Amino acid sequence: MVAAGAFDELWGASRNRAPRAGFEALAAWLRDLPPAELDRRQQAAEAAFRSLGITFAVYGDEQAAERIIPFDIIPRIFTSGEWAALAAGLEQRVRAINAFLDDVYGERRILADGAIPADIVLGNAQYCAPCAGMRPPHGIHAHICGIDMVRTGPDDFWVLEDNARTPSGVSYMLENREAMLRLCPELFELLDVEPVDSYPELLRDTLHSVAPARAKGAVCVLLTPGHHNSAYYEHSFLADNMGIELVEGSDLEVDDDIVWMRTIDGPVRVDVIYRRIDDAFLDPLFFRPDSLLGVPGLLAAYLAGNVTLVNAPGTGIADDKAIYSYMPEIVRYYTGEEPKLRNVETWRCRERDALRYTLDHLEELVVKPVDGSGGYGMLVGPTAPRADLERFRAMLKAEPHRYIAQPTLALSTVPTFTERGVAPRHVDFRPFVLTGADGFRIVPGGLTRVALREGSLVVNSSQGGGTKDSFILSPTPQGG
Amino acid sequence: MLSRTAANLYWIGRYMERAEFACRLIEATIRLSALGHPGDAEPAWRSALSVVGAEDSFAAAGEGLTPFNATRYLMLTEENGGSIRSCIAAARDNARAARTALTVEVWQAINRAWQVVRGRSSPGGVQNALNLVEELKAEMRGFEGAVGRMLRTEGFWFLRLGSVIERSDNTARLIDVKYYLLLPPGQVVGGTLDRDQWTTILQTVAARTAYRHLYQGPLQPWLVAELLLLRREMPRSLAASADTTVNLLSALAGRTGRQGPADRLARKRSARLEDTQIGAVLQSGLHEWLHDQIRDNAALDEAIARQFRFG
Repeated sequence: MVAAGAFDELWGASRNRAPRAGFEALAAWLRDLPPAELDRRQQAAEAAFRSLGITFAVYGDEQAAERIIPFDIIPRIFTSGEWAALAAGLEQRVRAINAFLDDVYGERRILADGAIPADIVLGNAQYCAPCAGMRPPHGIHAHICGIDMVRTGPDDFWVLEDNARTPSGVSYMLENREAMLRLCPELFELLDVEPVDSYPELLRDTLHSVAPARAKGAVCVLLTPGHHNSAYYEHSFLADNMGIELVEGSDLEVDDDIVWMRTIDGPVRVDVIYRRIDDAFLDPLFFRPDSLLGVPGLLAAYLAGNVTLVNAPGTGIADDKAIYSYMPEIVRYYTGEEPKLRNVETWRCRERDALRYTLDHLEELVVKPVDGSGGYGMLVGPTAPRADLERFRAMLKAEPHRYIAQPTLALSTVPTFTERGVAPRHVDFRPFVLTGADGFRIVPGGLTRVALREGSLVVNSSQGGGTKDSFILSPTPQGG
Repeated sequence: MLSRTAANLYWIGRYMERAEFACRLIEATIRLSALGHPGDAEPAWRSALSVVGAEDSFAAAGEGLTPFNATRYLMLTEENGGSIRSCIAAARDNARAARTALTVEVWQAINRAWQVVRGRSSPGGVQNALNLVEELKAEMRGFEGAVGRMLRTEGFWFLRLGSVIERSDNTARLIDVKYYLLLPPGQVVGGTLDRDQWTTILQTVAARTAYRHLYQGPLQPWLVAELLLLRREMPRSLAASADTTVNLLSALAGRTGRQGPADRLARKRSARLEDTQIGAVLQSGLHEWLHDQIRDNAALDEAIARQFRFG
């Protein structure tokens, strides 16, 4: 429904007549490529992904326990100017997120100053009370952030969500590029594309930089919930490309607040754990006692400063949807600057006026649970059936504090290969920001997710979304 | 290397070897039951089930002992943990868990073998079953080839160790089930059925032409036994498997700088087999001797798991 009025990143407002400046080469490539050839390459991409086993599991879908995420071979492009502006904004935002985390688990100045309400932080389920007073090495809590962005116009970028816990998807950024290099090599001659393949090295450097002080030649590992987890492929891919061990909870043990991994040569001391397990499952002694995924004693080892957890426990307080609405204040408070990236207007339904507005405009809004993710349990007002609207109306009245509402954005579109030829589809974008002891590292690229169904705004892979490669163009000598 | 990863690799080796052995067993049994009289099919399949220790579970499943049912049970039945399908599924599960320790090539070989059996519930007629066996054997060769191109480091050695321990067990079981055909030594031999049985045994361990090359004479039961138990030239013999086990464990010890009980057990077994003459084995009782071998092999398997903390 929104496609008609949406901003198209290739054609702008020209209605397919003239590509935007900088996009002429892609438009020509798309025009000259015979549909049959496009089709052949699309099939080849899917076959390659399946044979490599690049799959993900959808919860509650036992039949398709291992599906591949649909990959679209028409790339999405950012000019170097667009990227420079985005990258500056991302750095500012992530700097603020880490300062905020260091503060709320430390001095709590922002709460004392009343810049945001204290109860929304300290009373939040995402606030990790045992971590209060704990300062991880260099004061960095969120070493890896995957900031979800959407776009509505040439210069209109919005942050939809700050994923500061265990953001996934970076393996698709890397594998999609490999697929593009194999299937469309001519595109890389037409366009000067920034490489993304240094990500695993940068991540490894980041992990090493935040090791506890004692560690010389720190031992870093990646902790996975196991090979039945939906993101297991990514875990194995990253561990492999960083050359570090991929461990499960049962491979680790904590003795006297020191973490050891069981190897064929005996126990080896572990210094840094890039954990891809949620807080709740990290340590059955502290969090969910029924968790078999974590390691008993891990949190105590972390609090004793003997191991660095990446990301630190409790970072969920920074990407909580209730905190999200305060991000502009948080950025101003810690950086002293105006936010470079915009926040989507958000009605906090816990507030009486906001709830009334939400109920009165339900057909125009997107309603999300504050603790939800993956596109589950949300309402897209303009396309929702009557019954869903009524169901949400009742839920909002019963538990208003569990929801926020946002306007439905006219997400930008990008030409996408569909069953009926090339057509515009809505996209979002998740770049990955690394924060180490020695500063920020942002690989020029990210994960572009595309809603494959016509008119759909839901891009989550669990909800039928696909992915595209994201090309960041190099700056030209003239400064293009 | 993580102990769990080592265990995953070891079990990939065991399960893939077990699947390959089941392929050959089915192929040879189809041949045997086709050669004999109509009434010979049932004992041939009963014996095949018994080789892989599936006689009881097959009977409990309540199906009639027909060639089709037995083939399906050995090949595709999910409830049979030793079926080819179950073995490949288990190998693939271990491979997923140890993905970072495998080359893409090895993973793809296992994944391809899985694509052959997944979703299949019937072997079809005899010809289809043979085609399926042929297809699976080709995938197994692909797997062997991919493993052969791995770096000679812990990963390779644990994979091979699993294969060779499994192989010792399979060979001993095969001969144990058929041992009544090889005994008593003094008896006149040469009936047509017996000849077919020996050929079946040799075919199951891919040794038909090997026998001809080494002995250059008619099939003799004690020579078949010698070939499969004691000849070091024969890669599936107990003696060759025992030697390989020693070598793989030494390679691991060279890397980790430590030896343990598994190394000692393996060396003792290898030396014992070196001093063994086939005549003495047959004299003292092949069945008992084979049971000792199966028990020693299981003890070695446990020692390996303890030594490398498989957990």
